[in-house]
Amino acid sequence: MKLVWTTLLVAGLVAAAPPVVIQNAKILTVTKGKLDGDILIRDGKIAEVGAKITPPAGARVIDAGGQYVMPGIIDCHSHIAADAINEGSVSVSSMVGIEDVIDPEDISIYRALAGGVTSANVLHGSANAIGGKCSVLKMRWGKDARGIVFEGAKPGIKFALGENPKRRGNPSGGNNPFGGGAVNARYPATRMGVEDVIRDAFNEAKLYQAAGREYRAKADRGEKVIPPRRDLKLEPLVEVMEGKRLVHAHCYRADEILMLLRVAEDYGFRIKTLQHVLEGYKVAKEIAAHGAGASTFSDWWAYKIEAYDAIPYNAAIMVRKGVLVSLNSDSAELMRHLNTEAAKTMRYGGLTEDEALALVTINPARQLDVDGRVGSIEVGKDADLAIYDKHPLSNYAKVQKVLIDGEVYFERDRDASERAERDKRKTTLLETERKRQQEQKKSGPPRRPA
Amino acid sequence: MNHSTLVLLLCSSLVPLAADTPSVLAIRNARLVTVSGPVIPKGTVVVRDGLIEAAGASVSPPADAWVIEGEGLTVYPGLIDALSTLGIPAAQASGGPRTTITAAPVPPLSIIATATPAPTMPTDTGPNNRSWTRAADLIQPGDRRLASARNAGFTTAVTFPSGGIIAGEGAVINLAGANAAKMVVASPSGLYHSIGGRGGFGGSFPGSLMGVIAYIRQTYLDADHYREAHELYRRNPRGTRRPEYDRALQGVVDSRRILLPASTAVEIARMLRFAAELNRSPILYEAHEAYRAADQLRQAGTPVLVSLRWPERQRDADPEQLDSLRTLELREKAPSTPAALAKAGVRFALYSGGAERPADTIRAVKRAIDAGLKPEDALRALTLSAAEIYSVADRLGSIEPGKIANLIVTDGDLFQERTRVKHIVIDGVKHEPVAEVSAEERTPIP
Repeated sequence: MKLVWTTLLVAGLVAAAPPVVIQNAKILTVTKGKLDGDILIRDGKIAEVGAKITPPAGARVIDAGGQYVMPGIIDCHSHIAADAINEGSVSVSSMVGIEDVIDPEDISIYRALAGGVTSANVLHGSANAIGGKCSVLKMRWGKDARGIVFEGAKPGIKFALGENPKRRGNPSGGNNPFGGGAVNARYPATRMGVEDVIRDAFNEAKLYQAAGREYRAKADRGEKVIPPRRDLKLEPLVEVMEGKRLVHAHCYRADEILMLLRVAEDYGFRIKTLQHVLEGYKVAKEIAAHGAGASTFSDWWAYKIEAYDAIPYNAAIMVRKGVLVSLNSDSAELMRHLNTEAAKTMRYGGLTEDEALALVTINPARQLDVDGRVGSIEVGKDADLAIYDKHPLSNYAKVQKVLIDGEVYFERDRDASERAERDKRKTTLLETERKRQQEQKKSGPPRRPA
Repeated sequence: MNHSTLVLLLCSSLVPLAADTPSVLAIRNARLVTVSGPVIPKGTVVVRDGLIEAAGASVSPPADAWVIEGEGLTVYPGLIDALSTLGIPAAQASGGPRTTITAAPVPPLSIIATATPAPTMPTDTGPNNRSWTRAADLIQPGDRRLASARNAGFTTAVTFPSGGIIAGEGAVINLAGANAAKMVVASPSGLYHSIGGRGGFGGSFPGSLMGVIAYIRQTYLDADHYREAHELYRRNPRGTRRPEYDRALQGVVDSRRILLPASTAVEIARMLRFAAELNRSPILYEAHEAYRAADQLRQAGTPVLVSLRWPERQRDADPEQLDSLRTLELREKAPSTPAALAKAGVRFALYSGGAERPADTIRAVKRAIDAGLKPEDALRALTLSAAEIYSVADRLGSIEPGKIANLIVTDGDLFQERTRVKHIVIDGVKHEPVAEVSAEERTPIP
């Protein structure tokens, strides 16, 4: 009963939020062209987009003053807002998940907002062939760990191929996160081994799936049977095979990309996205035929052997070959200017403005299966919007305001005005702490060295 | 010869150590801070056979009592350290000798040798679920930290095994006794979970916070499955295949109370959700940022153990390294946590967190008082509230007839730094403060 009341109360509050009208904007819808006009937001959703909208009674009006509004940027590959990234002790770590360790107070969330990002796919690291579960988050700075989860987004899982899972150049197997030096060597040590680990895990998952089915059949017949032990490592893999969980696979080389596509086809599932995929341009047709998306960098290359064959035309070539492509950051810093990363594909490969913007908006939304909710400015979608003072594909563009679900989460002016106060608070705290430590030194008996 | 004298004689013949200790003690004309009731400005406490027999303004010492003149002194219930490893020296903490894998001899350089590297982890810390381990079985009356804790006014501690992730069941122990068996007041008292990197999880799974959470989740699922399987078997042993016995899962099934670490507000929210998922009522410990989560804790009805080791800037910290505003705020406000919890009506107790010296503990309490905690709430958090959280308030935590005679006698207000503990009474036996042991002989909390 109490729960029902709370739900009603929350629903009531959301409904009671006044409508918002963004006026006088250059609107880049991404999917439906450009127009000069207004956007009406009701209950956190885009209610109307048009040349002139009369604000309803009580509406909050945001005058864009002729500036640009685009859909909030979506980063398909991020590692912010989490207290742990890699469970590197095992080659299959599907039992772990980012959702358990979300840090809603990571300052990177706020900084991402300041770069126009409204959603991000926060992935497990690439330490193992099958990594942990991912979480799609909305950058709702100030909300708690549950409040920043993109509700309704399909769950995902990280896979990784190549140098990282096989730990090349790291014969002792990497460092123990808790100190004490290198940890035990871990299988696999080659790309062949990576494939074997994945196949082995899915073979195991198939047996588990069959055991579950057998149990349910017996139970349905009324037999007294002990249910099989739940296995948190295998459950997500069964979900992958049943199409309930999206696979985001870290990869670089053409050969390993083809390997993974074949493995997935053998086990009857699709790879949702290939991440990094720097040699994707070599096998773009095969990627398109499989139906995998590609989430790549604009022009990073040569930072490791398997990245030597990278070219800045990668994204554009894959787009032209029919692959669903996005550009991601994999970095809390790069995350803040994904708009200019997108712009590079116009220089390298000749994508159009809309095609370039799609790489950081609607395409990653499709890759995360949230395109029904976000990724473009269309009636009915979440009002996740970024307002730029100049065209967002310009080097000179700066984010002015960011809205998520129609709520303003970042304002450049307010941020600037709050800085002095934060600095003052910090100075005061440093001063009190210094004084306290001095007093302790005076009053306390001499301490033994620890 | 009356009955009690006979008992005394029998006892003294059995336990020579207790021979010179009277079984009846009275502290006369002292200020009595009972905790459970009002302060008695001038009264007498009578202790008989280890229990409080009477306490009050109109109580007079019986004829057979050893009398301590309490003029100018204050009697408090003995303090309870709500989370510790007291009585369990480090070597015993993990419930048995640790297996040590000595590094394999260096093999001659060859292709084979490089293909199969020797294990590089020097020690195997054993299984991560040691739920069968019981602090009560590990108590060493010779632990030198006991005397130091008594000096600070602690007569009781809730002590836990350490090592692994699920370290084992704690016990409420009195901090003096002729042998371990006499020290245990209640057991088991709660299953201790460690989540951070302190345990040294080695190179095996789990190696991250995510992994530890997944490990605990799987363990509790396994425990549920284990319980169901055994229940099913118990109902129909004929024709059912017998499930195996597993001491680690059995320990999880049997545990009535779990302790989970949570220091920041984010961690508190995380662990409250996690405990709800595990379908257990937790006690959260450390809780330095609980001042931000007091309402949430009250709503959840979750008791909290607040560590008195307030976060401090490391003494050897790089002076050029400026801490973030958030870190600075946490260090400033952590001592306001007890006051915030008291105000919100959250049940909480304090623990010393392995403070280096007794004076440090009292000083830490003082900081909480300076940050708004009422002294009577501070005292309660160190006595009756701790007893309530561990369900031993029927025998510990206040000066009331029938309770265990754990008392401390001070020459002033407990929370003044200059105040000295004059006498310590544990299970009715009087102890005197002793010279301090050195910091090197202490071990950190789990």
